[in-house]
Parts: sequence; structure tokens; C-alpha cells
Amino acid sequence: MNGKGIRLEGLKKRYGSGDTAVDALKNVDMHVAPGEVVGLIGPSGSGKSTLLKCLGAVIEPTAGRMILGDEVIYENGWRVKDLRALRRDRIGFIFQAPYLIPFLDVTDNVALLPMLAGRPNGVARARALELLQALDVGHRAKAMPSQLSGGEQQRVAIARGLVNRPPVILADEPTAPLDSERALAVIRILNDMARKLETAIIVVTHDEKIIPTFKRIYHIRDGVTYEEAGEGRGLD
Amino acid sequence: MISLAGRDIMHAWGKFVFTGVGLGLLIGVTLTMAGVYRGMVDDAKVLLDNSGADLWVVQKDTLGPYAESSSIYDDTWRGIRGMPGVVRAANVTYLTMQVHHGERDVRAMVTGVTVGEAGTPGWPPYLVAGRQMTRGHYEAVADMATGFKPGDRIQIRRNQYTVVGLTRRMVSSSGDPMVFIPLKDAQEAQFLKDNDAIHQQRRRTGENPAFNRPGVPGVLDAVIASQATNPSVNAVLVQIDPNHDPAQIAESIRRWKRLTVYTRSQMEDILVGKLIATSSRQIGMFLVILAIVSAAIVAFIIYTLTLGKIREIAVLKLIGTKNRTIAGLIMQQAIALGLIGFVVGKIAATIWAPIFPKYVLLEPQDAVSGFLAVVVICILSSVIAIRAALKVDPAEAIGG
Repeated sequence: MNGKGIRLEGLKKRYGSGDTAVDALKNVDMHVAPGEVVGLIGPSGSGKSTLLKCLGAVIEPTAGRMILGDEVIYENGWRVKDLRALRRDRIGFIFQAPYLIPFLDVTDNVALLPMLAGRPNGVARARALELLQALDVGHRAKAMPSQLSGGEQQRVAIARGLVNRPPVILADEPTAPLDSERALAVIRILNDMARKLETAIIVVTHDEKIIPTFKRIYHIRDGVTYEEAGEGRGLD
Repeated sequence: MISLAGRDIMHAWGKFVFTGVGLGLLIGVTLTMAGVYRGMVDDAKVLLDNSGADLWVVQKDTLGPYAESSSIYDDTWRGIRGMPGVVRAANVTYLTMQVHHGERDVRAMVTGVTVGEAGTPGWPPYLVAGRQMTRGHYEAVADMATGFKPGDRIQIRRNQYTVVGLTRRMVSSSGDPMVFIPLKDAQEAQFLKDNDAIHQQRRRTGENPAFNRPGVPGVLDAVIASQATNPSVNAVLVQIDPNHDPAQIAESIRRWKRLTVYTRSQMEDILVGKLIATSSRQIGMFLVILAIVSAAIVAFIIYTLTLGKIREIAVLKLIGTKNRTIAGLIMQQAIALGLIGFVVGKIAATIWAPIFPKYVLLEPQDAVSGFLAVVVICILSSVIAIRAALKVDPAEAIGG
């Protein structure tokens, strides 16, 4: 349904020029298949955030290739005209903090994306409610974000990331503020949703609790990625 | 699509309402300042309307009787009355002074009018209590704003007057209420000296050999008598036949009587264009400053509210919200703030306007102009916040 997930080939990102140039990404190769959840791990300054921003079409890489599904979206420049629409419709984001819009209730926080994409309010809300039910926060649909617990907020944020059924989801430290039990619950949800929606999910994390859950892990060090097989434990 | 601005306002309505109330009080002051100016203009027009005159005949080359002092002989009216097209002509004097009532002083414009019949130029056109003056001396009709009541005894100079009637909206161009008294009394009040001064004047005149010639005693008495009377009035108010052209009659009076004559429109120009011109410029300056202050406040508030939402704006941008939607969110909030402020300001101005000592006239077209100005100011004020919001990097939502 979502084609071939996301693939990066020889991706590079250089900040500045001349003597002050910094190569944040030197050679990134990565492939995440639909329905797969992979970890992206690396120390501070390794290039994780830069990679996430390139994947999220927030900053432009310097060289390399990015293929989303069957479409090359970057190769010596963006191949997609409307990056805003790309981010809205084909990339889902889950942040370290939920960053829910405080003045919208839970349903509208999730429904906002399809609404922005031009879906009728009723359709957008129905889709949001469906996801909220699936994530076990349907009973808080009318609550405001400030009335939710941390775990509930994060599940709403996951629903928002998934609502447009994007082929790829970028999760930036999604379990950082959660305890072990809730962190594992979030990872289970992500795996479950990835399978159901055939979405490729990349989880950037430092969280030791969840690293063993990944079947595949990409380590990034000095702007270069290395693939490693993970343990894939704790998801049953 | 849902209204993000509306949701944000409803979410933090208390903050918006309180901010709007603060802004509203400022807008209320601005509307009141405009009302003060309108009141001054209206006072000037009311003064002209209520005088019942079509022409004002004053001392040659003066802007009297309201903007400059004017003095003409009190028998001038007779010659004017006889001119073709003139229906009525009456003397009038104006003197702004303190009128005593018991322990209280009231600043008023004492107007001397020719005692006669209702409708005589200069007379108050209508009463709300009591009756018009019927005696030639020591009766008065006062504007309600003086606080006098029929039967009250008031003192002007040394003489006591009985208030026999009350009128309303009879004010000078500076807003002082009018007190009408008989012309002869008013002429005396303008020139009446205290007893010591009269004594001194008589002594000096008596010691002057030119007036006190031996063997001709009648000269001294005649001179003293002339010093004790005042044959001047400030203006002659003229009513003309509706079938005659006021400008033509004014030209005839100028030519044959060698006096200055103003028509209604010319007198209005003098009052509005000259007498209250400085005040209107002063108020204009206040309006400009208040508009700038209001704009600065709206800009600051909206900018602060926007800075408080930087993270949300970054998230909105990251998830694909158009710049237009974000700009609309901020601009709609600025306009909503302005609307709340305008409603509060209009209500506040309506409530406190009657309490002001001077007449404050809140014109509907000023409210409409004020409303449009508030909307424009709010839109312009939101530009800084919109620029700040559009500069937000969506990458801020990702961190790192």
C-alpha cells in the first residue's frame, strides 16, 4: 500500500562553506520497509537531529538520494514542489514532548491534519476518533490536552502522527518522558500501528528501556550510519 | 476547517477579555475625546441656532460678538429694523462671568436680551420650567446646567435676580451655561463699578476744571450722568424674511451702516474655524497619540501572545499548516481583541459621557470611523507578530 517505505542513499548534509564548513551527515544509507519500526541511535552531535530534519523535509540535504515509496523526493535538490504538503500528507511526526495544540481538544488535535489537507471536518473527526479508539484514548476525545496524563498525551500525539496514514513516521525520542511500562506500551503501539497501516517508523532514541525492542537499529556516529540487528524483545 | 483563532480565544477567554477591557478603556477615552470635540462644535452651532438670528451685526472689522469683543450703540437696531427684508432686530450683550447663588459660584454666560415677546432674537427659544421674562429688570431665565431652579435668587454684580424660567442646551461656545437677563441690567452689569470706584470717578470729574466750570453747574451733572450709563451692546441680532437673500441684506447693512455683518455660515466658520480651532487641534493631537498608544498596546499584546505560542506555531508549520493559516490565526486574534476593545470602549464612553462637565456628543459616524480605525490599527499591529510567526523555523519542533 505504501510502496517500499523510505530509502536513503549516500545522504550528505554540510553546514556553512569554506574553512567553517561542517559535515553533519557524511554518508547516510538507510532503508525502512513498510510496517517496520527501526531505531536510530547515536551520541549527541552525531547527526541524529540533522538526519531527522532532512527526513522531515525541514532542511535540504547537500547530496545523496531520498526515496519515499516509489518516488525520488530528493536527488541534487528537492524533487517535490510542495514540501509543506509532503510533510502534511506523507510524513508523520511524533515529538519528544507531545506538543499538542493546547487550545484544541483531543479530537481536533488529531483531526487538524486531515482538515489542513482539505478533508471535511466530519470525515477528519471520524478518522481521528477511529485512531483514538485504537490507541485506547477514545474516552478522552473531548478532553483538552492539559487534562490528559503524560501517557495519554503521547498516545494522542501518536494518533496525530498517524492520522493521514503517511508512508513514514519520524518519532523523536517519543518515550523520553515516560516510565518503563509506558515507554514499552508506546513502542508496542508504534509496532502495532506500523503493521496495521504499513507505515515505516524511525524512532530516534537514547532510551535504554526501548532499544532492545528494535529488530533493526541504525547507529549514527560522526554523520555516518551503521546498521545493526536488534534483539526485538518485549513486544509480545 | 476549524477556526484556530476562535478556539485559542475561547481557550484563554479570560486573558482576552481582560486585555480587551483594558484596551477598551483606552478606546473609550479616544471616543470621548472625539465626543468632546463634537460637543464643542455642537455647542457653537446650538449657540447660533438658539439665538434665532439670521444675521449678526457687530462692530466694524471685528469678529464679534463671540470670538472678539464688539461694541456698537444700542440704537443701531432701529436703522437696521427699517431696512427691507428685516423682520426683527434686537440688541444683545454677552458677558462670561461668575454668577453667585448663595454660597455657590456658577460660571455662566450672562446674556442681555431685549425684553419683548417670545421669538425675539436672542431669547431662549423654549423653556422646560417656569416662564419667560416679563419685567424689564431683575428677572432671569437660566440654563438647567447652572443648577438653578425657578424661584432661586441669584446675584450678578451687585443686583439680585429671580430665576423665573429654565431652559436647556443654551450654552456658550465654550460650554458655559447661559443666564438671560434684561438688556438694561446686562448693560449695567458690563460696566458697573463698585461704590468706591464710582466715588473716585465722581471726585476726579468734579476736580476737572473742564467739566466743573464755575457758573455752569449743569455740565458736571451731565458728564457724571453720561459716565453712569452704558449705551453699548455687543451685537444686533437680525431675523430676515425667508423670501429675502441674507447675503444681500448683510451687504446693505455693511454699506449703509458701516458695520460688520455675518451670515449664519460665516458665523459658524468663525466659531468652528477660529474660536475652537486651537482646541480642536489639541484634541486632534490627543487622538493621534491615543491611536498610536492603542496600536502599540495591541501590537505588544499580540506579539506577546504569539511568542507564547512559538512551539505550537513550529509544530503547525512542521505538520504542513500554510503560512496564510498562521497569519490568519494571529490577525483574527488581533481583530477580535480590537472588537472586544471597541465594544467595551463604546459602552464605557456612553456611560461616562454624561458625567463630563462639558457636553460630550458621541456621533454614530464617529463610532463607525472609530470602529474602522480600530480594525485597521489591529491589522497593522498584528504585522509584527505575523512576521515573527512566519520566521519560526519548523525545525524548532524537532529540536536537537
